[in-house]
Amino acid sequence: MNDNKYKVVRNEMIAPGTYLMTISGDTSEIKGPGQFINIKLDGLYLRRPMSICSYGDDEMTMIYKIVGKGTKAMSRMQPGEEFDALSPLGNGFMIDEIPECAFLIGGGAGAMPIYTLAQILRDAGKKPHVIIGFNKEKEIFFADEFKELGVDLTIATMDGSSGVKGTVVDALLEVRETAMDKNGLKTENRQIYACVCGPEPMMKAVAEHSDAGQYDLGARMACGFGACMGCTVITKNGPKRVCKDGPIFRQEEIIW
Amino acid sequence: MVDTSVELCGIRLDNPVIPASGTFGFGREFAELYDLNLLGSIAFKGTTADPRNGNETPRIADCSAGMLNSVGLQNPGLEAVAAEEIPALAEKCGKPLIANISGFSVEEFVRCAEVMDRCEPVGFLEVNVSCPNVHAGGRNFGTSAEETALITRAVKKVTKKPVFIKLTPNVTDIASIAKACEQAGADGISLINTLLGMRIDIKRRKAVLANRMGGYSGPGIFPVAVRCVAQVHDAVRIPIMGMGGISSAEDVIEMIMAGATAVQIGAANLVDPWACKKIIEELPILMERLGINSLSEICGIA
Ligand SMILES: Cc1cc2nc3c(=O)[nH]c(=O)nc-3n(C[C@H](O)[C@H](O)[C@H](O)COP(=O)(O)OP(=O)(O)OC[C@H]3O[C@@H](n4cnc5c(N)ncnc54)[C@H](O)[C@@H]3O)c2cc1C
Ligand SMILES: Cc1cc2nc3c(=O)[nH]c(=O)nc-3n(C[C@H](O)[C@H](O)[C@H](O)COP(=O)(O)O)c2cc1C
Ligand code: FES
Repeated sequence: MNDNKYKVVRNEMIAPGTYLMTISGDTSEIKGPGQFINIKLDGLYLRRPMSICSYGDDEMTMIYKIVGKGTKAMSRMQPGEEFDALSPLGNGFMIDEIPECAFLIGGGAGAMPIYTLAQILRDAGKKPHVIIGFNKEKEIFFADEFKELGVDLTIATMDGSSGVKGTVVDALLEVRETAMDKNGLKTENRQIYACVCGPEPMMKAVAEHSDAGQYDLGARMACGFGACMGCTVITKNGPKRVCKDGPIFRQEEIIW
Repeated sequence: MVDTSVELCGIRLDNPVIPASGTFGFGREFAELYDLNLLGSIAFKGTTADPRNGNETPRIADCSAGMLNSVGLQNPGLEAVAAEEIPALAEKCGKPLIANISGFSVEEFVRCAEVMDRCEPVGFLEVNVSCPNVHAGGRNFGTSAEETALITRAVKKVTKKPVFIKLTPNVTDIASIAKACEQAGADGISLINTLLGMRIDIKRRKAVLANRMGGYSGPGIFPVAVRCVAQVHDAVRIPIMGMGGISSAEDVIEMIMAGATAVQIGAANLVDPWACKKIIEELPILMERLGINSLSEICGIA
């Protein structure tokens, strides 16, 4: 973890209320998707945590939704503006544990760490199946980017205006057999392994239908680096800090 | 060269800057960032007799000039702290440590004090009396002079180490409580703990914290803390560790001028993990600029 200075390169609305921000600055310590940064914003005391969606040599991208003062202030930032952020924080997905055919499932603005995850798994020769869920067609973003990755993609919308009608769970139930057939999984290996980012009720619903996996838990945070016990989640292995021991937790340790 | 060292109950600290309990864990995360021997001392996470998982989440709420927390004394419990956390911390920081202890009954405070007394790296005990007394309908110990004095006496009986009583500001007359501690044998006073506060999410029409209320800390409480320290300094002769909203070397000097001998830094560590280090580096430069040769010459001067 360092306190790094980042410069806004790009900051634009990609769906109603949802923004994509690309920043330049140090990315050398980032280990992988699922990690986050904690941003200092003028006039706000606590920093605001944001997932790292994708990253390169000296750039990274975040996707965020306006929900309050801090995210509103972020949406007003112009290219060239600078801010400080503690980075990188958290453990990130445990990539080595992800099997050949995993379902990468995301809902809404918080879903995007799975983009980079999909990319990494694809590059490692694995065949992830991505499922992303939105309320309606107009709110869909990043579908083209996922298609360009060349991974299997299923979109779910609550109102059915695009893709499968319903939640990501509906989509998972609809596509799981064909996805596993396609990957030639034998009956005894037909386990659903899910890597999930999104709102908690959605993650919980996915967990009810999957055999194993990794989940990106959220929490109200103060420090973001493990000092305050503000973000504790009680797991089957006792109390854990979402910011430091997570935010990615294995399905078997989560108590929903 | 100015002298940043201070003497606290006969123990010399290289400088008066100490991370406050609950904002520094057991130092592990910070030891990766800087040398903990730079610090005057460390007040580690509030320890209770048994392990505690803390309160429901959300436990954190943002305020423009600070934060609310309702962590609820999450800690691994006395045994684990004494056997694992303190030795690990002592490896990273050779300073006499401050053991912050809490309890929900007088017996619990005593149990914690007994064990901390035997921990060699512990230089001071800091008794957090801002806890509900389970035997008195959950009323805070720290809001009653009698009960605070009772705990002070009980703890003093089982330890030879200097005992600081950490006071809550959520009282009408903090000076009278400090006086009661002094009369009961306390070696020093730490103040202030957090101010009781509450935030409401107006869209959800619900308190932000699951616990509804929590402790307010950060720059917003600094004037209240300075006032409390000055009032207590006027009332007692034992040394004071002043805290509440300190985030710069200027704040440190101001707190010492109010009457503190040493200071603690809390919430500032959470928003800037290097806060204590920066303040310690800035302090001699500021002292020089203000014509202060040693901190004892300004203690309580205002
Ligand atoms: C590890 C982590 C990664 C995150 N990644 C992303 C991301 O990639 N994109 C994104 O849009 N958001 C992300 N969030 C949530 C984001 O941090 C909050 O939306 C943001 O802090 C709200 O700040 P604000 O000042 O705009 O809202 P505030 O004024 O503070 O609060 C407004 C509302 O936002 C919600 N909120 C506030 N803080 C949080 C929080 N820490 N977590 C969840 N909800 C909160 C509350 O429901 C509140 O009612 C992440 C949170 C965490 C903990
Ligand atoms: C997250 C958090 C946890 C805390 N935990 C404790 C604790 O365990 N014991 C204690 O005596 N004080 C605790 N405090 C209070 C601080 O030690 C300090 O008295 C208070 O926050 C005021 O200082 P500040 O404004 O610099 O933070 C805690 C404060 C915070 C913010
Ligand atoms: S936010 Fe402080 S420990 Fe996680």
